[in-house]
Amino acid sequence: MHITTPEFSANAKAALADEELQQALDKLRSGFTERRRAAVERLPEFDALCDQARAIKDHVLANLDLYLMRFEAKVIETGGQVHWCADAAEARQTVLALCRAAGARCVTKSKSMIAEEIALNDHLEAHGITPIETDLGEYIIQLADEPPSHIIAPAVHKTKESVADLFAEHHAQYGYTKRHDDAAALLEEARQVLRAKYFEADVGITGANFLVAENGAIVTVTNEGNAELTQILPDTHIVIASLEKVVPTLEDATTILRVLARSATGQEFSSYTTFSAGGRRPGDLDGPRSFHVVLLDNGRSSMLGTEFQDMLRCIRCGACLNHCPIYGAVGGHTYGWVYSGPMGAVLTPQLIGIEAGADLPNASTFCGRCEEVCPMGIPLPKMMRSWREREFEQHLQATPRRLGLALWSWFARHPAAYRGLTRVAARILTLIGGRSARIGWLPGASGWTAGRDLPAPEGRSFQELWAAKKR
Amino acid sequence: MSSRERILGAIRAGLEGRDPWRDPALVEARLKAHARGLIPARGRLDSAARIDLFIAMAEDVSTTVTRVGDVAEVPAAIAGYLADHNLPAEAKLAPDPALDDIPWHRAPLLELTKGKGEDADRVSITGAFAGIAETGTVMALSGPHHPTTLNILPETHVVVLRADQIVGAYEEAWDRLRASGRGTPRTVMLITGPSRSGDIEQTLQLGAHGPKRLHLVIIDDVRP
Repeated sequence: MHITTPEFSANAKAALADEELQQALDKLRSGFTERRRAAVERLPEFDALCDQARAIKDHVLANLDLYLMRFEAKVIETGGQVHWCADAAEARQTVLALCRAAGARCVTKSKSMIAEEIALNDHLEAHGITPIETDLGEYIIQLADEPPSHIIAPAVHKTKESVADLFAEHHAQYGYTKRHDDAAALLEEARQVLRAKYFEADVGITGANFLVAENGAIVTVTNEGNAELTQILPDTHIVIASLEKVVPTLEDATTILRVLARSATGQEFSSYTTFSAGGRRPGDLDGPRSFHVVLLDNGRSSMLGTEFQDMLRCIRCGACLNHCPIYGAVGGHTYGWVYSGPMGAVLTPQLIGIEAGADLPNASTFCGRCEEVCPMGIPLPKMMRSWREREFEQHLQATPRRLGLALWSWFARHPAAYRGLTRVAARILTLIGGRSARIGWLPGASGWTAGRDLPAPEGRSFQELWAAKKR
Repeated sequence: MSSRERILGAIRAGLEGRDPWRDPALVEARLKAHARGLIPARGRLDSAARIDLFIAMAEDVSTTVTRVGDVAEVPAAIAGYLADHNLPAEAKLAPDPALDDIPWHRAPLLELTKGKGEDADRVSITGAFAGIAETGTVMALSGPHHPTTLNILPETHVVVLRADQIVGAYEEAWDRLRASGRGTPRTVMLITGPSRSGDIEQTLQLGAHGPKRLHLVIIDDVRP
């Protein structure tokens, strides 16, 4: 996948001018955020559950090697195998080798952010294996050849007209010649096309929301049931998951599940939560015959013991995206890679390097909504600030920003000069604002004033008013 | 050095000197105790209220429910449901001994075949391990008596549940599973309503890949 993270500013400009995207983002704000609020109100214990969920993850991270080894032992006990992969390349190779060993030509996949992170589809395709995404949103963006624009709603930027165009273009080969433009008919068509693929596939690849150390089960959460069809019908089930997904017990998974769907879509519980352990048992009439877990590190172990360790508590619910004013204005593609919104702004620099991801931690107003709605209490603004500090130390910021910061720091260290400057500036801005007390244009601030007015100050600086009040 | 050793080494190096430091004894104790976390008040209701909550929560996610007073009423309830929805009086039945107690001959037009789910099956009938009241969820375990394909391939999934299988919270179902002595099933499915997707313009549609309809028949008369 081509990474456009370094072009964040240009991406953002294009996104702001994209009407289709802006309509979709409006719906996201009113949809997910409203439903989450209602779900939280219906469960008085929600905050207490979040505290417990967070404590579970902290305990796991402090004992991560022990829980991973226990999980591995239990997977082996149930007849499965665990493949430890240090980086994306090793994980891609491992999955490819497993697919080849299964003689696979076609594999079905249920949505996995880890698969996106390691660019698995491109790799399989390059080696003659056809991957078919089965989550409806993920399937749509696969047809469109785009990355996901949201971690739980990958095609949230698409209107149904765009979906209808994509289906018309790609489904003609299966004999579907009528273009539908209502959501129900589009879903029915996708259901039929993908149903055939489930039966055709030789391997099913799923992600995992949790890995349960107690019994070696992996947990998938979907509303569509696609993870189940993906893993039950083919002979081989490959799970790809990152290290931090492990939890100790079924009870621990349950506590976190209670906050996951509510935070994500505002549902009480997703339609399908499935715990899968090993392959088919004696007497079973269905289910995969072999079961593999590809366990990916890809830089996560190096986050332990750093100021970014808490990020490993993330359960990928997407609440921070849904509540972020920046994500809400520019959408997920602007972030240029797999993860977007506040969690992406913290995780992306870690995974692709701070040089390429330098803009992301700066794409925040520090309003704090992300941390407030995060069920795992991840201090996302603080982490973005840590990245900004690193950028400053490594001289990664553009010259105007560095000069601006230098200027600011000089004034901050010279209070008399600061007071003088703000006195003058407040008066000039008041004059520009005039009777309306709004500023519609200001040299050097057109990025702000093109979209909205700047409220003008009311004549005197805060410090002047404070001094007057004290007297 | 293998990737496994390298990853485990990197984890230990990252945790070195941190507080709380890793503690094998604590980990063992925790796994053994599998202590419950906080269970919401709604998951701790008494029997009658629990069943009412289970039904209300299930209906809230578009599951439909019929209550019958006796196992003998199950065949007619299912036949009636299929007729009401213009569905064929044909179903794939889970090869579950518990379902053999149902006097199927009382619905002579209902044609039943036992086995796993196939693409052509339009209706499946299965039992379940438990119902969970707090979210109206059905817990289904895979095994020779309950092929998982029956839960997910047919458009209509009918589940027969006894009232005494309905528990308040997920944790009670986990305890019943541990107590059953059957070990870890290949698949434990927690099913909460029929399949759905909101991926096209966030408009919720039922029947994405799995069942379009989930119907529960709850048998109230349970003799100990």
